[in-house]
Amino acid sequence: MLEFTLWDILSNLLLAARWTVLLSLIAFVSGGVAGLLLLLARVSPLPPLRVAAKLFIEVFQGTPLLMQLFIVFFALPLIGIETSAWTAAAVGLTLFTAAYLAEIWRGCVEAVPKGQWEASASLAMTFAEQMRHVILPQALRIAVPPTVGFSVQVVKGTAVTSIIGFVEVTKAGTMITNATFQPFLVYGLVGLIYFALCYPLSLSAKALERKLNVAR
Amino acid sequence: MAYSFDFSSLLDYTPVLVDGVVTTIGLTAVSTVLGVALGIGGAAARTSTVKPLAVVVGAYVELIRNTPFLVQLFFIFFGLPSLGIRLAEWQAAVLAMVVNLGAYSTEIIRAGIDATPKGQIEAGASLGMTGPQIFRYVVLGPAMGKIWPALTSQIVIVMLGSSVCSQIAAEELSFAANFIQSRNFRPFEVYFLATALYLALAVALRWVLSLIGGRMFAKGVSRA
Repeated sequence: MLEFTLWDILSNLLLAARWTVLLSLIAFVSGGVAGLLLLLARVSPLPPLRVAAKLFIEVFQGTPLLMQLFIVFFALPLIGIETSAWTAAAVGLTLFTAAYLAEIWRGCVEAVPKGQWEASASLAMTFAEQMRHVILPQALRIAVPPTVGFSVQVVKGTAVTSIIGFVEVTKAGTMITNATFQPFLVYGLVGLIYFALCYPLSLSAKALERKLNVAR
Repeated sequence: MAYSFDFSSLLDYTPVLVDGVVTTIGLTAVSTVLGVALGIGGAAARTSTVKPLAVVVGAYVELIRNTPFLVQLFFIFFGLPSLGIRLAEWQAAVLAMVVNLGAYSTEIIRAGIDATPKGQIEAGASLGMTGPQIFRYVVLGPAMGKIWPALTSQIVIVMLGSSVCSQIAAEELSFAANFIQSRNFRPFEVYFLATALYLALAVALRWVLSLIGGRMFAKGVSRA
């Protein structure tokens, strides 16, 4: 029978962790872009856009990530897009991230005093100009700590993509467990790898928040 | 070739779906009660003057909050038997949910406790109340009222997160959906319906919790 050393297990987990990191980055960046568009729709002066954005956010915040991934996985082929676990994971996590970021950022936009909207409107600025020059710069400052904090949820969300067959660190852990019969050790290490990825993010979110509170 | 949707084939599986929904509700109810109780204990320990206790609880909170629920679940279900602790699927699911919610609610309730004005604690002490009495009668009620909306959101997140318990064969709603799609080969329709059911459960859970909050912490609940 083959023997597995601790290093065999750890090195394979760390190799798989690359895909966790890469998927997190893709989901966070593309989710951020989509989230910004969603935010603009959510606070726009056009009621249909506002309602549509609100509905999108409520649905994604009110359903499990696992179900969202399954639906993306099985729905994309229906509209003629060939799906791999990669595309389904990236698309699903992007939509999930966009919904949560848009809602977080809406709170930040609403924290900008109403007078700022009125003042910029009285300067005959359009909605786009108001957002670009007046509202977003001020909202951005308070948006940084919760956004960094949410990135932890994105990294943890990638674990769920293992269920639709995307091979990242959790899936690798399951595969290694099936070969080594050491679930306690393997899942313990998987947990520690996630902790090593997430804890610095949590700490920096906390530090940023403290800095912001001092500045105010 | 255009795909034609067929939701009618789901009708045969209504009992399976109902069972799944009931199990999801049961898992959520049990782990909410135990998890919030754990959170109250954790928050008391975290804010206590006994340093080692506060440090241990702090480590527990950070460890749980910075690892995925799925990995916690696998560790409990597949890992603990090596230590001789064998749990049934639903027991492992409840334990994982309680441990998870316990960590988050510790942090949330602690924030509410920290927001208690110092004068109220001093007033309690000047009435000759002991530490536990002050915690129980002065600090806890208003703190729970203040953080109830945040706690509600977290409980909804835990309920939605319970969908991954299907992976250890706990027979909740996602498990029912997986089972059905393996029989009728209509994955899109099944998952669409299951997702809609989760959405309805989330809305209902929010409503129930806000009723409970209004009843229990009427004076303290902040209108957020």
